[in-house]
Amino acid sequence: MDCNDSEPPLGPRHEDLLPASTERSVKVVVVGGFGVGKTTMVGSVSEIRPLTTEETMTQAGVGVDDLSGVERKTETTVAMDFGRITLNDRLVLYLFGTPGQQRFWFLWNGVIAGALGAVVLVDTRRLEESFPAMDRLEQGGVPFVVAVNNFPGAPVHPVRDLRSALDLPEHVPVVGCDARRLDSSRDVLLTLMHHLYDSATATREFL
Amino acid sequence: MSGDGRGWERDWEEGTPVPLYIVTGGRTDAGEAQVLDLVTLIVARSEPQPGMRPEHVSILRLCAGPLSVAELSAYLDLPFSAVQVLLADLIADSLVEARQTRAAHTAAADPDVEILKALIDGLQRL
Repeated sequence: MDCNDSEPPLGPRHEDLLPASTERSVKVVVVGGFGVGKTTMVGSVSEIRPLTTEETMTQAGVGVDDLSGVERKTETTVAMDFGRITLNDRLVLYLFGTPGQQRFWFLWNGVIAGALGAVVLVDTRRLEESFPAMDRLEQGGVPFVVAVNNFPGAPVHPVRDLRSALDLPEHVPVVGCDARRLDSSRDVLLTLMHHLYDSATATREFL
Repeated sequence: MSGDGRGWERDWEEGTPVPLYIVTGGRTDAGEAQVLDLVTLIVARSEPQPGMRPEHVSILRLCAGPLSVAELSAYLDLPFSAVQVLLADLIADSLVEARQTRAAHTAAADPDVEILKALIDGLQRL
C-alpha cells in the first residue's frame, strides 16, 4: 500500500497548470519531411516540456503497394509531440509536430481538422519531402506558411526561387528560421497569425 | 437519473466501440454534433467517487484545473481515442466540463479576429 504518497506521480507540475479561467484553445500543426526539425520547433517555443500523445490507427493496407487487392488490415501507432503557449488567462495555443513519418500522421483525422493553421517546415536539401504535406493541407483547407529551416551548410536560395520550386501561390508567406531558437520559431508563428489575420479581415465576397 | 454513475460500466462491458466520442449531451437541436478535439479543455466538476474506474479517477484528479485532451492522453499514457471514450462517460454523467469542442465535420478552424489579435499580442510578448 502506498496511500501516503505526498505527490502523485503523474500530471502537470504546479508551474505547468493553466489558469482556471482558460476557456479557448487553438491548434497549430508543424508539418514537413522526416528530420526537418518539427519536434525541435515545438520544443523551442513551448512553455512546458513537450509531451507526446499517440493514436493507434487501423487501415486496410493503405500505402502498402505489395498488398494491393489483398484485404488486410495494418495497425500503426502514430505519435505526436506537442507543446503549449499560454497567451492570456483565457486563451492557450497548442503546437503539434510529428517526430517521424508524415504519411501515417495524416491518417489521424483529428489532427488537421479544426487546426487554425500550419507551419510547413522545409529543408532546402530535400524540398520534395514537403510536397505531400502541402498537398494535404490544401485539400483540408488549412492555411499555412512555409518556414525554411536554415541548417548549417544547406544551400541558401532566394525566397523567389523557393516559391517557384515549391510552386507556391503569392499569398503564402515564406520565411527563413532557425527552429532551435525561441525567437525565430516565435516569429514563424507570428507570420502565420498575421497571415490568418489578413485573410480574416479581407473581404470575403468570393465566398 | 440513477445518480450512481454506473451507466458507463454497462457500456464498457458490452464493448461499445468508438462512436461514444460524440458529445452532444443528448441534444438533437440545430447544433452540429460536437466531438472532443486534441485541444478541447477538460475541467472536473466533481471529486472522484467510490467505485469509479481508476482511469476516471485519474482524469478527475488531473483536471482539477483545465487540461487539454492531448495532455490527458500524454499523462495517462493512453491513446487519444481511448481518452475520448473515457471522457464521453464522464461528460454523460456531468462529472467534467468540456471547453472548446469542435464540430464533427469541421475542416479548418474559422477564428474570429479578436482571437487572432490575442494570439499576435501574446506571441509578441514571448
